Amino acid sequence: MQRLHLQKLVFYAVLLLMTAVYIGPFIYQFFISISHSKDVFGSPGNLIQPPNWTLQNYANVWVDLPFKQWLVNSVFITVVQTITNVFFSALAGFVFARLDFPGRRFIFGLLLSSLTVPGIILLVPKFIFMNDLRLVNTYTGLIIPNLVTITNIFLMKQFFETIPKDLEEAALIDGCSYFRIFWQIFLPVSTPALAAVAIYTFQGSWNEFLWPVIISITSDHFTLPVGVGFLKNQFQSDWPLLMAGTLLITLPTLCIFLVFQRYFVQGIAASGGKE
Amino acid sequence: MAQPATRQREITTIAWLFLGFPLLLISIFVFFPIAFSFLISFFDWNLVTNQRRFVGVDNYTKLLGDALFWKSARNTVLYTIGVVPLQTFLALFLAFVMNQKIRGRGFFRLAFYVPAITSSVVTSTLFIALFSKQGLINQMTGLENDWLTNPRTAMLTIMANNIWTTSGYFMVSFLAGLQSIPDSLYEAARIDGASAWQQFWKITVPMVRPVTYFVLVLGLIGCFQVFDQIFIMSAGGPVNSTTTMSYYVYINGFKYFKLGYAAAAAMVLAVVIFSANQLQNKYFKPEVD
Repeated sequence: MQRLHLQKLVFYAVLLLMTAVYIGPFIYQFFISISHSKDVFGSPGNLIQPPNWTLQNYANVWVDLPFKQWLVNSVFITVVQTITNVFFSALAGFVFARLDFPGRRFIFGLLLSSLTVPGIILLVPKFIFMNDLRLVNTYTGLIIPNLVTITNIFLMKQFFETIPKDLEEAALIDGCSYFRIFWQIFLPVSTPALAAVAIYTFQGSWNEFLWPVIISITSDHFTLPVGVGFLKNQFQSDWPLLMAGTLLITLPTLCIFLVFQRYFVQGIAASGGKE
Repeated sequence: MAQPATRQREITTIAWLFLGFPLLLISIFVFFPIAFSFLISFFDWNLVTNQRRFVGVDNYTKLLGDALFWKSARNTVLYTIGVVPLQTFLALFLAFVMNQKIRGRGFFRLAFYVPAITSSVVTSTLFIALFSKQGLINQMTGLENDWLTNPRTAMLTIMANNIWTTSGYFMVSFLAGLQSIPDSLYEAARIDGASAWQQFWKITVPMVRPVTYFVLVLGLIGCFQVFDQIFIMSAGGPVNSTTTMSYYVYINGFKYFKLGYAAAAAMVLAVVIFSANQLQNKYFKPEVD
């Protein structure tokens, strides 16, 4: 009995230590972001004293940085890519899960093998296309390469394959078209998968750094990560401002996660468990 | 089920109708660039001088003669070797802990997962603060190291950042795997007198092997292409101690606009990743059941 108690104690100690390691930095970030003084590294003790707190840094984010413009850009890109990814991956996933047509295996094989190609080799050619089409430093250039991703198509395909065939066979005998089967039988039961695709895409687009950093040249086309990434050096003397700005960037993905937790886990289970 | 001719025609039409646009996009932004990238790597393709000249394998020979390229390759490999095993083990460990009957499981899962859903720019900026000369890490440990400007610790700091953000992400993958292990296996082991430690090594580890393989593959591909953290935390410095292959591609392609040369470097990186994957398949791939 004594031993069991000790085991439990050690277990919870480890758990708390891990928790501190994983969210401690964010708490540090929060205290810096509300610090009155710019000298945040003097002593951590000063950070946690209420008289030294202020919300002014959060107000300054909107004044001292082009934060509003970056926010609008980030929201616009993320919303467009999320909608198109849900739509296109559902369409393509349905085809690969249910419709047998000449060339399906070939196309699917191509998709499968290009998943193993590292994204880094796509950068230069994509940039050259964009440059030739005069799309560098435009919203179109920022958005179109990620209107649909192969991973999302796979996720939808795998989900659709779990739907029993009885329903659609009955519908086919009744003379139902495949278009209606997709629209009226498949989509209504696919909320978890569609939500997973939406959440992943949202998170991916919101946090994406490499492509926007290459394709956007001027500040008015920066997304939030790119803006902060470029102006970080300029504002490194103002840590409270920088920490307030970066905390604001984190909020949307955190909220989405809190609201849609169970879809997150289901989605990873579907994509990761079957490999 | 045999399909009548009209039915097959309907299927083909709908298939192309649904698939057409997504496939067009993927062709333009994935299929075609793969082939094009290979082609560009044989050209002196410079956007500044606006030059496009076929140079054969010149880019590749120049690349192999560049000491910085070799250094970036070495940095990339060391980074991957340092990060992948630790992130995989930590992810499994976190998942194992999460799979116990504990109070407030939702809270802990969220805590471990937050770094994974946070933008790399944010976590990197946060690490600059934490690991700066007067930052929290030095104050807690009593050290006076300037982690990111010291060539001996800069890469370690970036590795720590990546392990911290990805272990929570892969924890969720393992968690799904752990939950599919039937309780009866553990019960049988307990009846036979197996300790918790033995259960972990003899049941948990072998049963999640497909997930481990998946995590290793994804972790490796991600590590070999590490970029955001380098860009934000060190910009390849100090004295190129954190220049990785993808950062090398970026500098040459998008700072000097030597696109042919950058494409060749990216090709080499792709070959490295491909070879590493082959090794993984040979030694870690679970047998197909």
